Amino acid sequence: MAASTTTGDFKVIGTRPIRPDGVDKVTGRAKFGADYAFPGMLHGKVLRSPHAHAIIKSIKIDKALKLPGVKAIVTSKDLPQAENKLEQSGELTVNPRHLSMNILAHDKVLYDGHAIAAVAATSPHIAEEALRLIEVEYEVLPPVMTVDAAMRPGAPILLKDLRNNEEGDKPTNVAQHFQFKRGDVAAGFKAADYVIEREFNTAMVHQGYIEPHNAVGIYNSDGQATIYCSTQGAFDVRSLSAHVLGMPVGKIKVVPAEIGGGFGGKTTIYLEPLSVLLSKKTGAPVKLVMSRSEVLRASGPTPGSKIKVKMGATSDGKLVAAEIWMAYEAGAFPGSPVAAGALCIIAPYTVENFQIDAYDVVVNRPKTNAYRAPGTTQAAFASETVIDELAEKCGIDPIDFRINNGVKEGSPQIMGPPFKRIGFIQTCEAIKNSPHYKSKLTGKFRGRGVASGFWFNAGMQSSAMVNIHTDGTASVVTGSPDIGGSRASMAMIAAEVLGMPMTDVRPITADTDSIGHTDVTAGSRVTFATGMAVYEAAKDAVRQLIERAAKVWEKKPDEVEFRDGMLHAKGNGVPPMSIKQLAPRFPRTGGPITGRASVNPRGVGPGFATTVVDVEVDPDTGKVQVLRCTIAQDAGKAIHPSYVEGQMQGGTAQGIGWALNEEYFYDDKGTLRNSSFLDYRIPTCLDLPMIETIIVEEANPGHPLGVRGVGEVSIVPPVAAVANAIYRAVGVRMTQTPMSPPRLLKAILKHRGAAQHSAAAD
Amino acid sequence: MSKKTLVEATINGETIEFLCEPRQSLLEALRDVLELTGSKEGCLTGDCGACTVLVDGRAVCSCLMLGVEAQGKSIVTVEGLATNGVLSVLQNKFLEHAALQCGICTPGFLISAKSLLDRNPKPTEHEVRYALAGNLCRCTGYDKIVKAVLDAAADIRSQGEVKAAPR
Ligand code: FES
Ligand code: FES
Repeated sequence: MAASTTTGDFKVIGTRPIRPDGVDKVTGRAKFGADYAFPGMLHGKVLRSPHAHAIIKSIKIDKALKLPGVKAIVTSKDLPQAENKLEQSGELTVNPRHLSMNILAHDKVLYDGHAIAAVAATSPHIAEEALRLIEVEYEVLPPVMTVDAAMRPGAPILLKDLRNNEEGDKPTNVAQHFQFKRGDVAAGFKAADYVIEREFNTAMVHQGYIEPHNAVGIYNSDGQATIYCSTQGAFDVRSLSAHVLGMPVGKIKVVPAEIGGGFGGKTTIYLEPLSVLLSKKTGAPVKLVMSRSEVLRASGPTPGSKIKVKMGATSDGKLVAAEIWMAYEAGAFPGSPVAAGALCIIAPYTVENFQIDAYDVVVNRPKTNAYRAPGTTQAAFASETVIDELAEKCGIDPIDFRINNGVKEGSPQIMGPPFKRIGFIQTCEAIKNSPHYKSKLTGKFRGRGVASGFWFNAGMQSSAMVNIHTDGTASVVTGSPDIGGSRASMAMIAAEVLGMPMTDVRPITADTDSIGHTDVTAGSRVTFATGMAVYEAAKDAVRQLIERAAKVWEKKPDEVEFRDGMLHAKGNGVPPMSIKQLAPRFPRTGGPITGRASVNPRGVGPGFATTVVDVEVDPDTGKVQVLRCTIAQDAGKAIHPSYVEGQMQGGTAQGIGWALNEEYFYDDKGTLRNSSFLDYRIPTCLDLPMIETIIVEEANPGHPLGVRGVGEVSIVPPVAAVANAIYRAVGVRMTQTPMSPPRLLKAILKHRGAAQHSAAAD
Repeated sequence: MSKKTLVEATINGETIEFLCEPRQSLLEALRDVLELTGSKEGCLTGDCGACTVLVDGRAVCSCLMLGVEAQGKSIVTVEGLATNGVLSVLQNKFLEHAALQCGICTPGFLISAKSLLDRNPKPTEHEVRYALAGNLCRCTGYDKIVKAVLDAAADIRSQGEVKAAPR
């Protein structure tokens, strides 16, 4: 089902061809990072801190070095001093000093799992044995695990140099305070007939990609390094590794392997510089692969949060005021996406009076990283459940309430400037008219909830080349690692412009030496920005094809037209020529044809989604089963609808996991107690129903094909939608994630006034 | 350092011998010794199913079995699913249904699905979900995977045997 405003008569775009990398992936041939092996390769392992917060007094490596098979050990002493400043890298703001301190702890460990040393040995087992022989002396400090504990006066300080924008030269755990406001909040609340105020707490969760982080580093004696790894951004791995290693960017080549999921988590570096350092010390290629436990303890999950939302509406259902306070766990170093969360938390609605205060807070947990619409799912859980409550108070259907207050073209964005063409209301209407929403939900302890979400989407830099082969087929070369089928979209866009069948176009993700700079695969930007580069590069190739045909026909280029994959001479009866016919004449008309483009597009089209969920709650256990789920999302233009649906379904499933099961569980010493897939439980296929999708196509005016990013916003609504459904099922408003059985059972019992049971169920 | 053992096993129809340390898992032996890197490592604790292979016809997490335990057994990995370069029905259905995004989980799902369809050629949606519950996929939400397996089952039934149409 699709509601489309995209015009254009497409032959390839909008169809569902088989992806070009598909056969490799169903036969086991696709090479992911951990699949690389080189002659003489060594295996590395990382020693990690068992403490959440401690001073490293000494590290002794002599015993470990003596173990037969051990070739080298590196500690932070092997790293150059990195600068303490802020730098832009893709969509991340990076402090090279902090990055370096995260790769290998300098004088302090700041979380359970913080890397301390890395060993290279002839086998992974020997490297592991060697870790046990490294002696580290710690002075253990009290851990600071929550934003409350970190913001408390007199809290232990994690980073002695950290200062924020408000407290002068005072050491602090609050890295930054952001504030966004408009109108007169007090007057707004005065005008409100209903005011709801609630406090929400969400647990830290992980992206949960199935493929652990990996890297193979090869350092040559000429000072040139090559890194093979699974990453969302080869160019970012290059520049970040250059910072940490003190090497020029040009001395590092990064070859992006196939990537087994990332969702934002593979936009930074962990093992890459270690592989290069160990390779430099040993002269051999060195491979490092994280275990699942290392992934959970020491990669970059998304912050837990504390969010207070107060919102007011008039009795006719108009939102008039919002006051929001939010603090996010940045992890051991500053840089949580709390500002993004603040800008998204009420973004789908026009609220004339608001004030949002947002705090980025360091705690003794791993440094957080992006996770699909970073910072926004937590925020929407809070705002979208409060909105559900307000709709109920006003006696208005929750979808209608959203439609009444929803942003459309011309509505002011949080930062002020008006939205261009957007499809938020259309996603609400699509849900309202869906068979799912129109169906009746019957049965005890069942409930239906809806929620919406907003995400900016990103633009950023991309490069592309379109090569026309000697047989008239083509290849498309980009620098965007393909994380969910984007190579198919790139080939389809080129095929559309070149008038070829998609099977005549081979898409390739190139290494950092083989294509112009391309920012990270993140921010739902690949189909939008890299797609735009491919579109322009294909147009550039067409322009050259026209020139060549003109030469063959001894005409001027403007007397030649390119239509449906054929070159036509205007006017007289010259028969048209296909690219296949023209290709053999390339050598005599000027040589090979390569179309090129590099872009940094501005016309990013934001994404909206609305989701409806039916649940059934077991009132005796607190277990929630999702019975049915439908998501409507604005794609602008769906290039390959199957993979757009895939993004919608995948994000929804992650959101449901976030809502019901997933949580970082630390004990009071700050040790992560559930660092396995058994205990950190992501949804299995038995936990989920089919996920119905409605692609809304409200063309993005900032893109030649109308494309908006589709990768992220699907994760935003489900947590709130599930909470709202639970409320309809059993009458309790959940304000904490995950809404796991014990927590929900406790709330149900409390709701029933059975306080004595509530203690027992804890 | 542990001494290596000589193991004889049938891998994807070929009888072969390989050397394996007693502490190496079957997954490690397949990937590092035999260079069959199609089976993936997602957890090494039996929780993700990315390493699933058939051992004498049963779906097994190869990370939970030792390489030396493969002695005398018949193992099928994802590399053994196509016949003479012709994809199996399941492989084709995964492609047609776009049942993979990143594809790291795909080898494990294909093996678990094959094991299901070999036993039960007419599974219900619930039976498919039950059989695949040991395989984690973080990209797809499982929707298209379940549909691909149900469609493959229907196709195989209508063909009467597991025979893939050349594409
Ligand atoms: S690697 Fe074997 S189950 Fe995860
Ligand atoms: S397709 Fe990525 S984990 Fe399944």
